[in-house]
Amino acid sequence: MPPDIEAIAEQVFVALADPTRRAILAALASGGPATATDLAARLPITRQAIAKHLALLAEVGLVTAEHGERRRVRYRLRSAPMQVAQQFLAALARDWDRPLEALTEHLDRSTREPTTTPLEEARGHHA
Amino acid sequence: MGFPDRIERTVEVAHPPGKVWAALTTAEGLGAWFGDEATIDLRPGGSARMRFSSGFTVDMRVERVEEPAVFGFTWQIYGLPEDDPRRTYVEFTLEPTGAGTRLRVVETGFAQLPEDAYRAAYDGNTKGWASELGELADYLDAA
Repeated sequence: MPPDIEAIAEQVFVALADPTRRAILAALASGGPATATDLAARLPITRQAIAKHLALLAEVGLVTAEHGERRRVRYRLRSAPMQVAQQFLAALARDWDRPLEALTEHLDRSTREPTTTPLEEARGHHA
Repeated sequence: MGFPDRIERTVEVAHPPGKVWAALTTAEGLGAWFGDEATIDLRPGGSARMRFSSGFTVDMRVERVEEPAVFGFTWQIYGLPEDDPRRTYVEFTLEPTGAGTRLRVVETGFAQLPEDAYRAAYDGNTKGWASELGELADYLDAA
């Protein structure tokens, strides 16, 4: 069965499309696991709203809930789905057009400047 | 259905395959148009590396060498951490035309997901890092 990586990537992008969820994920990424109360102290968002978003993020596997001290639930960022989303972005960021243009230019250039290499060509190669 | 796994480009160049081949498979060629500096051990399994003026380097593993028609290598997926095991496969195909060469590049593997990554991405809802750290602690205790 092929894993549905698109579904995983989509959940990441949906999560990141919301500024509050971005702020929550960013806070967990930079500061480590935190409770909803901790996050409410650090972000300009009510604890209630944070709890709601955390529940959604936990449901899709972007954060995981763990039991901390005094029966408080702490939330931890899960990086695995982010790595799947990174793969998607990597495909979009892969640029073959510019290197292929550079290759064409390189081939044309080395034809115009044959065996008797001009000075700048020599400098370029031995720099 | 939008996860792109395959990227393909074709260009026509006014140069014979032999010359294009040299640009693709020699350190001088790769260092001139692709990276700013390159090394390559041109045989299947051989390693190659390109360095860019930005300081970024990329390691490649030569996979297919069929001079002057097919050159294939695998390399790290750009944007993923350096220790990430995932690789894409790049294959250049050179086909002689009347005026020069039709050069095709195909890069595949963006949508790959090894079994362990799949498990990691999906199954952590119940398990998560707490138990993984527990396993690490157990491992360290046992060592």
